[in-house]
Amino acid sequence: MNMLQLLKKLSLIDFIKGFIVTLKAFFRRKVTVQYPEVKTPLSPRFRGKLALMRYDNGEERCIACKLCSAVCPAQAITIESEERADGSRRTVKFEIDAFKCIYCGFCEEACPVDSIVETNIFEYHMTENHQRIQTKEMLLATGDQHKDQTIKNKKKDSRYR
Amino acid sequence: MKEFLSSLLSSLDPQWMSLIWSLFQIAIVTACLILTVIFLVFFERKVIGYMHSRVGPNRVGPMGTLQSIADTIKLLLKEVIIPAKADKFFFLLSPILLLVPALAAWAVIPFSPEFIIADINAGLLYLLALTSFGVYGVILGGWASNSKYAFLGSMRAAAQMVAYEIAMGFALVGVLMASGSLKLGEIVAAQSGGVLSWFWVPLFPLFIVYFISGIAETNRHPFDLAEGEAEIVAGFHVEYSGIGFAIFFLAEYINMALISVLTSILFLGGWESFFAGLTFLEDSILAFVVEPSIFWLLIKALFFLFVFVWLRASFPRYRYDQLMSLGWKVLIPITIVWIGVECVMYVMQVGPWSVA
Repeated sequence: MNMLQLLKKLSLIDFIKGFIVTLKAFFRRKVTVQYPEVKTPLSPRFRGKLALMRYDNGEERCIACKLCSAVCPAQAITIESEERADGSRRTVKFEIDAFKCIYCGFCEEACPVDSIVETNIFEYHMTENHQRIQTKEMLLATGDQHKDQTIKNKKKDSRYR
Repeated sequence: MKEFLSSLLSSLDPQWMSLIWSLFQIAIVTACLILTVIFLVFFERKVIGYMHSRVGPNRVGPMGTLQSIADTIKLLLKEVIIPAKADKFFFLLSPILLLVPALAAWAVIPFSPEFIIADINAGLLYLLALTSFGVYGVILGGWASNSKYAFLGSMRAAAQMVAYEIAMGFALVGVLMASGSLKLGEIVAAQSGGVLSWFWVPLFPLFIVYFISGIAETNRHPFDLAEGEAEIVAGFHVEYSGIGFAIFFLAEYINMALISVLTSILFLGGWESFFAGLTFLEDSILAFVVEPSIFWLLIKALFFLFVFVWLRASFPRYRYDQLMSLGWKVLIPITIVWIGVECVMYVMQVGPWSVA
């Protein structure tokens, strides 16, 4: 080690440089979002909790074609169907395992009647293990509850699909 | 205050009186120290947060100021777990062995010209003894836990303490030579007369060495190999929970405050004002800023505490061999060389010796 290097080390110049970096950060504007009070904007394409939609007359859209369950990479969807008195085919069981679902959105793309959709809800929880299974009634209820917002978002995004 | 107490207890024996007065002072200092630690935990988290471009704790109380009180209550309510194969007696003793010297060292600290609990003649030696005594708590805690990580941590702490104690001692020898007294009050008095007559000017390398070895002594970043959470989980206190862990933390922060206050006293003129010696101020209405008082000491100590935290936010941990080579091959030679330089200064009669 020559004399110059030694002097450089003894002057602690590298330490001072490091101190200046952190001191600059100390006075920088903080960009942390205070989450529950402030929320970041969501894209209309955001894929959140799954829901089943209805026609305007109240009839459920799902025709039990099982395309969503076939395309689902996580195999989270279980469907059982039967024929109704009027000859139409409808589901008797439509369950989604929320722990298996990876929110990929393939089911929504596969659906020929726009029945299964992904809303932009991402704040929900369950406290018991069995609650992870979302039944048909729960999915339809979610769809009813967030119908307007979901339709608005799908319209906004339709140009890019 | 003392007059008030003595009038209140005038019927008592003067010996009892002085005992009560000492106990009163001890209670005040201890209470203030624990409040300081509560503040320091919050201060550290907030400052490090800011340096990471975060906001730090801001949920509990106004601006998050009650965060560390919430943490303390949480720690106190937690279960104390004693490992099955631990040496129970030493396991419980070691946090106390760490805390007691950390608190006892404050007995000789002169906070202001009047306020000092015990103005003993060998103050500096007392401090040297007590700051090195703290490592027994660390070693014993690591050994009694009967865990290899805790044991590794305490072995590292021991080796580190031996290496840096020497550099620290030599730095104190430099201060001793300049002040000519082991009494902390007299060391501060020897520095009176303005910023440039403080010891940091003639003893600048010793000032830096003392602070660096002080950081190493308190096992703080970047010398916290004894904890080293990446390699040995949490080092010597890995098996401690609840109040035992809280006491280890308390001792660490009290030591941190002690090193900051000591650096201010030994090298930055303790209670002396930054503006002392500026004669034009003494006659104006700003005369109070040249008065020596405890606030100057607190401001200086707070700056060093900020540096402690600043260092933690800025630099990665030293490797073990780097730590040892820094201690033995850099800091100790620097202090020895500077003691030689001091001898030359003494002969040439410059710096603190110019009047002699």
